[in-house]
Amino acid sequence: MKIHQISVFLENRPGRLAGLCQTLAEAGVNLSTLTLAETGGFGLLRLITPDPEKTKEVVERAGYAATATEVVALQVPDRPGGLASILRELEPHGISVEYMYAFAMRKGGDAVMVFRFDNMDRALTVLQAAGVNVFKPVELFGA
Amino acid sequence: MIRNLWNDLDGTFFPESALDYMPVDRLREVQLQRLKAVTALAYDRVPLFRERMDGKGVKPPDLRRLEDVRRLPFSSKNDLRDTYPYGMVAVPMREVVRLHASSGTTGKPIVVGYTTDDMAVWTQVMMRTLYAAGYGRGDVVQNMFGYGLFTGGLGLHGGLEALGATVIPMSGGNSERQIMVMKDFGVTAVCSTPSYFIHLIEVAGKLGIDFKRDLKVKRGVFGAEPWTDQMRQYIEIASGIKAYDIYGLSEIVGPGVAAECMCQNGLHVFEDHFLIEIVDPESLAPVPDGGEGELVITTLSKQALPLIRYRTRDITALEARPCACGRTLRRIRRISRRSDDMFIIRGINVYPSQIETALLKTEANLPHYQIVLTRRSGLDQMEVRVEVTGEMMRDRLSEMEGLQRRFAHSIEQITGLHTDVTLAQPGTIPRSEGKAQRLLDKRKEGN
Repeated sequence: MKIHQISVFLENRPGRLAGLCQTLAEAGVNLSTLTLAETGGFGLLRLITPDPEKTKEVVERAGYAATATEVVALQVPDRPGGLASILRELEPHGISVEYMYAFAMRKGGDAVMVFRFDNMDRALTVLQAAGVNVFKPVELFGA
Repeated sequence: MIRNLWNDLDGTFFPESALDYMPVDRLREVQLQRLKAVTALAYDRVPLFRERMDGKGVKPPDLRRLEDVRRLPFSSKNDLRDTYPYGMVAVPMREVVRLHASSGTTGKPIVVGYTTDDMAVWTQVMMRTLYAAGYGRGDVVQNMFGYGLFTGGLGLHGGLEALGATVIPMSGGNSERQIMVMKDFGVTAVCSTPSYFIHLIEVAGKLGIDFKRDLKVKRGVFGAEPWTDQMRQYIEIASGIKAYDIYGLSEIVGPGVAAECMCQNGLHVFEDHFLIEIVDPESLAPVPDGGEGELVITTLSKQALPLIRYRTRDITALEARPCACGRTLRRIRRISRRSDDMFIIRGINVYPSQIETALLKTEANLPHYQIVLTRRSGLDQMEVRVEVTGEMMRDRLSEMEGLQRRFAHSIEQITGLHTDVTLAQPGTIPRSEGKAQRLLDKRKEGN
């Protein structure tokens, strides 16, 4: 099951990230995980929160440019070769990873990682057929 | 086209507007007669004009045809600045009933004065301006031009009141309150600078107010800064109103020099009061009809501050062909730039409007932008800062970098200059509540 990630545009300037975090804190938005992708002049902060719709609304109202993207959260076995075992499933289907990052929490002793693939629907079918655990929002954030 | 003489709201006839349809021969007669009178007034009462005319060996009686205006000397903003405050006033100060001043970007402002008759003419041209855009009795008009020394606020105000509209004297600023008034007072028409109105559309959106659904605004007149057809399209689509261009400058009268009619295809100049020429800004030679050049105006009926061949610095073109509305007044094309807005970078002349055109090639809705000029180790650099909007936002860095490159590429195609394009967070480029600050020239700050 796909989940929504909110990406926010940030300039590479002192205080810009702190400002956004302050905005989210004031709105009571809990960050489940996040990653910052950056280039010379700017960065994209990708956020996973229990309520992405509200998160997008909060940051947009505060004047940020934001967009929602579909990603999946997968259970990755916490042993050498755990991530490789998942990626191997996708390779024959020509699906590649655009980016990925980890959740701070663990599930059943395994790591939880967020993936964005170039072909999300295809990737989901392949992963589910291979028995990879794809988390539902309720499993990640509770009811 | 008699229909145009009637107010569509309550059928009131505006005799002032009949002047817009004067037969051309009669119009030229009036112009010549008034040109002779104003030249005589300027020669007799304003030392600067007398000296210049004497210097060119031309005297008021030498004017026999309208074309003879070309024998007269030019005047400019510098003349008003040099004779600050009252050096070019042609009547005793006791005859002056109103003063305005234009904010000078450098040093002292320039001061303009009006006699009682001048005020009547100003009110008349403002009524004709507003009438051409469909304003009338029954309209509730929010006037967001600044009240005070700036001619915009009080100029529109006088015309609106004389027309019988209900006028709300708001001035600019306090955007949230502007939206509240617009909604609660049932505003049907607005007057504003285009950039401020675009800002208000953004503010309304943030407040969750839909212009088309929640407000009754049907039309607006916009002026006091150069704007583009794309900005008009944006205003009309985003807010659902009809946006009309108006033109004027404090030195000549304030707003009320020229105005668009319902055809929205160029601005009719109130030629019975203003004689226009288009000249090449470099050579000062006349430009044939339809060609682009600087607008030069001679005031035909001003008493307190007659100006002969005043160089406006506004770049436009004359459209002499008749307009579908039936007005006999000739039109000027929308003024999209000023010859003095031009900046020179690495020897190339650039107009901010060129940057705007380049940005619009990449992004259909004009993003907020600012041109920043700096000097690094003796070399001029141009940076264009563009605010990222929700529509431009993508989740992939490569797409955002691609957008940046496309902006830089189209700027280079249009200006021939390599430019650094910086993507900025929304709201980080300063917005003046009045005129847009498109250009920040930091080259003079040391380095």
